[in-house]
Amino acid sequence: MLYLFEQCLNGMQLGMLLFLLAAGLTLIFGIMDMVNLAHGSLYMLGAYFAATFVEVTDSFVAGFALGLLATLIAGMVLEVIAIRPLYGRDHLDHVLGTFGLLIFFNELVRLIWGPEGRTISLPSEMLTAVQVLPGVYYPLYRLVIILATLAVAALLYIIVMRTRVGMLIRAGASNREMVGALGVNIKLLYTLVFGLGAALAGFAGMMQAPISFVQIGMGENILILAFVVIIIGGIGSIRGAFAAAIIVGLIDTIGRAFLPDLVRYFLSYSAGSSAGPALSSMLIYLLMALVLIFRPEGLFPAAGK
Amino acid sequence: MSGMITPRNAFVAAVIVVLALIPVYAAMTGNTFMMTLFTRIIILAIAAVSLNLIMGFGGMVSFGHAAYLGIGGYVIGILAKEGINTGFVQWPLALLVSGLFALGVGALSLRTRGVYFIMITLAFAQMVYYIANGLDRYGGDDGLTIHKRSEFGGLLNLSNRTVFYYVCLVLLLATVYVVWRIINSRFGAVIQGARSNDRRMRAIGFPTFRYKLVCFVIAGVICGLSGALLANHTNFISPAMMHWTRSGDLIVMAVLGGMGSVFGPVIGSVALLVLEETLPHLIGFASHVITGKEVVAAKEYWQLILGPMLLLIVLFARGGIDGLIASARRG
Repeated sequence: MLYLFEQCLNGMQLGMLLFLLAAGLTLIFGIMDMVNLAHGSLYMLGAYFAATFVEVTDSFVAGFALGLLATLIAGMVLEVIAIRPLYGRDHLDHVLGTFGLLIFFNELVRLIWGPEGRTISLPSEMLTAVQVLPGVYYPLYRLVIILATLAVAALLYIIVMRTRVGMLIRAGASNREMVGALGVNIKLLYTLVFGLGAALAGFAGMMQAPISFVQIGMGENILILAFVVIIIGGIGSIRGAFAAAIIVGLIDTIGRAFLPDLVRYFLSYSAGSSAGPALSSMLIYLLMALVLIFRPEGLFPAAGK
Repeated sequence: MSGMITPRNAFVAAVIVVLALIPVYAAMTGNTFMMTLFTRIIILAIAAVSLNLIMGFGGMVSFGHAAYLGIGGYVIGILAKEGINTGFVQWPLALLVSGLFALGVGALSLRTRGVYFIMITLAFAQMVYYIANGLDRYGGDDGLTIHKRSEFGGLLNLSNRTVFYYVCLVLLLATVYVVWRIINSRFGAVIQGARSNDRRMRAIGFPTFRYKLVCFVIAGVICGLSGALLANHTNFISPAMMHWTRSGDLIVMAVLGGMGSVFGPVIGSVALLVLEETLPHLIGFASHVITGKEVVAAKEYWQLILGPMLLLIVLFARGGIDGLIASARRG
C-alpha cells in the first residue's frame, strides 16, 4: 500500500513534467495553429543552459533562473527567425520544417556542448528524503518538482485567466482574425506565446535534469508522450492538458511498477521483466485509442471550438 | 499531350537507367559500398513511394510509416529465428501482418484529420516501437541478427549481392507502376477527390472512409514489403528500424522528391541518402578551400546544414525536385 502511494507520487512527478511540455504545445497549437516538433529541443536547451549556468554561477537557483531566461530568449528568437514564416501553411509543412529544426538543434548542442552529456548535481540540502506519511520517505527534490510545477500551473492559470495578456491569448485562440482586426499586435502576441511555451518546456527540462541525465535527444521521447497528453486532454485546452498529463503520468508509472509482477503471476518470471515495461507503455496508447473512439475531441475540449 | 519526351519523363528514365547500371559500375570498380548504399536507397524508396500514395495523393499525413518497415522486418527476423527460412512463407506473412496493422491503425486514425491524424499515427508507431523493445527473445532493444536471408527454393539466391539488388529494383519499379495505376483509376480519383473536399465526395455518394482505409492498407502492405527487404539487406532487425525519426526521414524523402508525382519519392530517396553520404565531404572540401586546411570538425557537423535546408525547402520549394524539373520546361 505504501509502495503504491510512493508510485503515485512518482506518477504525479512525471505527470507534472508532461504538463509543462504539453501546456506549451497546446498553447502554440491552439493559438497559432502550429505543430511544433522542435518543442522537445527547447526542453533539451533548457537543461543544457541550466547545466552551464549552474556551473558558472555555482548556485543552483541562480543557474536555473538564468537558464530559464536564456530558454525564453532562445524561444523568442527561434519564433522570429524560423517559426513565423510557417504560420498559415499546412500541417505537413510544420512537421517538416520543425523536424529540420530538431535535427539542427541536436547538432548545434553537439557542437557547443560536445557529444558527451552533462549532469547537474543537486545542492546537498536537496538530497535528503522527507517523511510524507508515517513510515514513507520520499526524496525532497522530487517533492520540489511536484510543488514547483503546481505553482507554475497556478501561475499559468492566473496569467491566462486574469491578466490582459491572458485575455488576448484566449481571444487569439478563439478568433485570430478578429483579434488582429481589433488592432492587437498579433505578431508580438505570437512571439510572446511561443516564448512562454519555450520557457515552460525549458523549465521542465531543467527540473528533470538532476534526476536523469542531460543529453542530446533527451526531449524526443517525452515530446511524443506530451503529444499523447494533448490528444487525450483535447487540443488547445490547458485544463485538459493538466488532467491528461496526470492520468498519463500515473498510468505509466504505476503500470511500470505493477504490471511486471502481474505478468509474472500469469506467465513466467522473465516474461514479466521484459514484457512489463512494454505493456505499460502500450496502456497509454490504448487509452489514447479509446479516447479517440469515444470522445474524439478529447476529454476536456477547449471551449468555443 | 505534347509528346512523351518531357524533361520530367527524360529525367525519370535517366534515374532508372542509372539505378539499373549501378551493379555494373560497382563490378567494374570493385566499389561494394556503392552497391550497399544504393540497395538501401531503393528499399527506402519503396517505403517513400507507399507513403506518398496516402500522403501526397490522399492527403493523409502519416507520421508513423516506419512502423510498417519494422513490422515487415520483424516478421522476417522472428520467422528466421524460429527456423523458417523460406521466403514463400516469410514474405506473404510480412505483407499480411503489415496490412492487418494498417487496417487497425487506419480504422482508428481515419476518424480524425489534420494534426490529430499526424499525432495518432505517430503514437501508434511509437507503440510498436516499444513492443519491439520488449521482445526479449528477439533481441529486445539490441536487435537481432538474421543468419540466413529468405530462401526461394532454387529460384532466387538473395545472398548474391547483385541478384538481391535487381530483385529490389524490380520490386521498386513494380511498386511505382502499381501506385501509378491506382492513382489513375476510379479508386484513385475518389482518393484524390477526398483530399480536396471530403464532404463533397461523400455528398455525391462515395463512402470516402472506406476508400481511404483501403488506400491506407495498400500503403501499409507496400511498406511492409520494404521492411522485409530491409531486414534481408542488413541481416539485422532492431527497434531503431521504426524509430520515429525514420518516419520523419520518409516524409522528407517524399517531399524532397516531390509529392505531386508517383516517381518523386524515388528521386527524394536518392537525393537524401546520397546527400547524407556526400554532404560531409562537400563541407570538408569547402572548409578546405576557405581556410586552406582540412577542418575535420566542419565535416562532422553536416546536419547543421541539413536541418535548415529542410526548412528552406518547405518554405521555398514545395514541389520538391520533381516540381523544379517539371517547371524547367515552362521556365
